[in-house]
Amino acid sequence: MSIKTEHMVLNMGPQHPSTHGVLRLELELNGELIVNVKPHIGYLHRCFEKHAEAMTYPQIIPYTDRIDYLASISNNFGYAVTVEKLMGIQVPERVEYIRVIFGELQRIASHLVAIGTYGLDIGAFTPFLYCFRDREKILSLFEMTCGARLLYNYIWVGGLSHDIHPEFVRLTREFLNYFRPQVEEVNQLLSYNKIFIERTANIGILPAETAINFGMTGPNLRGSGVKFDLRRNDPYSIYDRFDFDIPVGDGRMGTVGDCWDRYFVRVLEIEQSIRIIEQALDQIPEGDVSSAIPKRIKPPVGSVYGRVENPRGELGYFLISDGGLNPFRLKVRGPSFVSLSVMGELCKGHLIADVIAILGSIDIVLGEVDR
Amino acid sequence: MGILDKEFSDSNIIITNFDNLMNWARLSSLWQLGFGLACCAIEMMATSASHYDFDRFGVIPRNTPRQADIIIISGTVTLKMALRIKRLYEQIADPKYIISMGSCSNCGGPYWEHGYHVLKGVDRVIPVDVYVPGCPPRPEALLEGLLKLQEKIRNESSVKKTA
Repeated sequence: MSIKTEHMVLNMGPQHPSTHGVLRLELELNGELIVNVKPHIGYLHRCFEKHAEAMTYPQIIPYTDRIDYLASISNNFGYAVTVEKLMGIQVPERVEYIRVIFGELQRIASHLVAIGTYGLDIGAFTPFLYCFRDREKILSLFEMTCGARLLYNYIWVGGLSHDIHPEFVRLTREFLNYFRPQVEEVNQLLSYNKIFIERTANIGILPAETAINFGMTGPNLRGSGVKFDLRRNDPYSIYDRFDFDIPVGDGRMGTVGDCWDRYFVRVLEIEQSIRIIEQALDQIPEGDVSSAIPKRIKPPVGSVYGRVENPRGELGYFLISDGGLNPFRLKVRGPSFVSLSVMGELCKGHLIADVIAILGSIDIVLGEVDR
Repeated sequence: MGILDKEFSDSNIIITNFDNLMNWARLSSLWQLGFGLACCAIEMMATSASHYDFDRFGVIPRNTPRQADIIIISGTVTLKMALRIKRLYEQIADPKYIISMGSCSNCGGPYWEHGYHVLKGVDRVIPVDVYVPGCPPRPEALLEGLLKLQEKIRNESSVKKTA
């Protein structure tokens, strides 16, 4: 005999400690099982694209900082690469190397927040403190270079705002030597923790085909076992010169593409970023960082799509220029926005508590979802 | 200034007045609503994490407004979010305090001119006690803002209304 019941609708957010900002999830429940999840966004819509139409090209860079505020440098990077592509600017070697070093330092910092807050969501408080301790050291390297801790406005079109400090190379090496063993500490604290594995393995399984169909990129796609990374598959800047691996999920604790795989890809990516930074520090040439910055940025009429591998996936800028001082249109393709769309698919049939684990594992930043 | 000023030397007896005692208790355990809005929330998290350690000032994040004393409005307040913030504020029991963190929640910040969906200052919906400038403010700046708030609470009176 079956009892006919009604589905219950439960709102999660916008004020919820685990929604990573201001996101509202409308959960449709059958008892304690999820039938459907509808994300409601727009609580942090800050009108980036409207601003881009009103500002000149260099003025847009601080706004790109604030799209994905955990990975500001990567956003600057993507924007600079896009405008340079349209204008045909060749940037000096030294600039390229510094950009790569900062891009990878930013990736480490961003993944540390992702790992720390994921632990926090699941109920492990201590890894959060360890991750933020190491993140502060990266932030002090940024601060030494451009004076800002979070939003840098560092990578400009055609160059950089400042050259690196004479001590920067030595201090970065010192940091990497200190930081390499700390990754293992995170593994012992969190990755191989029995409770953590119970909460994340075999939860929110995302098969490779579904991930590709939804347009997922970055660690979320690689967690499903797809070896796709823009740094390798469509190299921009000078990423083709470095030797690094692309970690993918292998279903070590459960099934390929579960929450644990997506989480662990980020841990492995930190190690690869360390490798890239070390190679870049060895090869960095002398030179000027501001020689290629144009006096007036006025791209020719046309449109261009530039994309970079942000810590969360493919960050693309579609830029249409009418030959004026400000863009005619600037569209951002954000990886978090795309990743969020898969929530309904991932949560089906899971418990309410697993929604937290799944949402944390796709690592969204609401600033970039809403822009 | 502290509550232990008029302690008798030989025993555990303290003479103080009601206001001093209440203010001392209130300013030493300001429980914060764990509520992040935008970029400044990351700096707020950094402030409560290991390096800056918000806990030593008695600021402990609570996840429900019913248990909280202060809200740190950390980030851009959009028109869609403004009503929710007002409701959260109304759910907090008195006495309650607001720290507005960062340019966005102070006045709209960089989104002031073209941000058609950004509230130009959170003080248009809820009363603010301390404004912390910066985009984003450093953790030290947020700590300074908290100390300013504690100073304000220290001078409050339960009989006389202070501005």
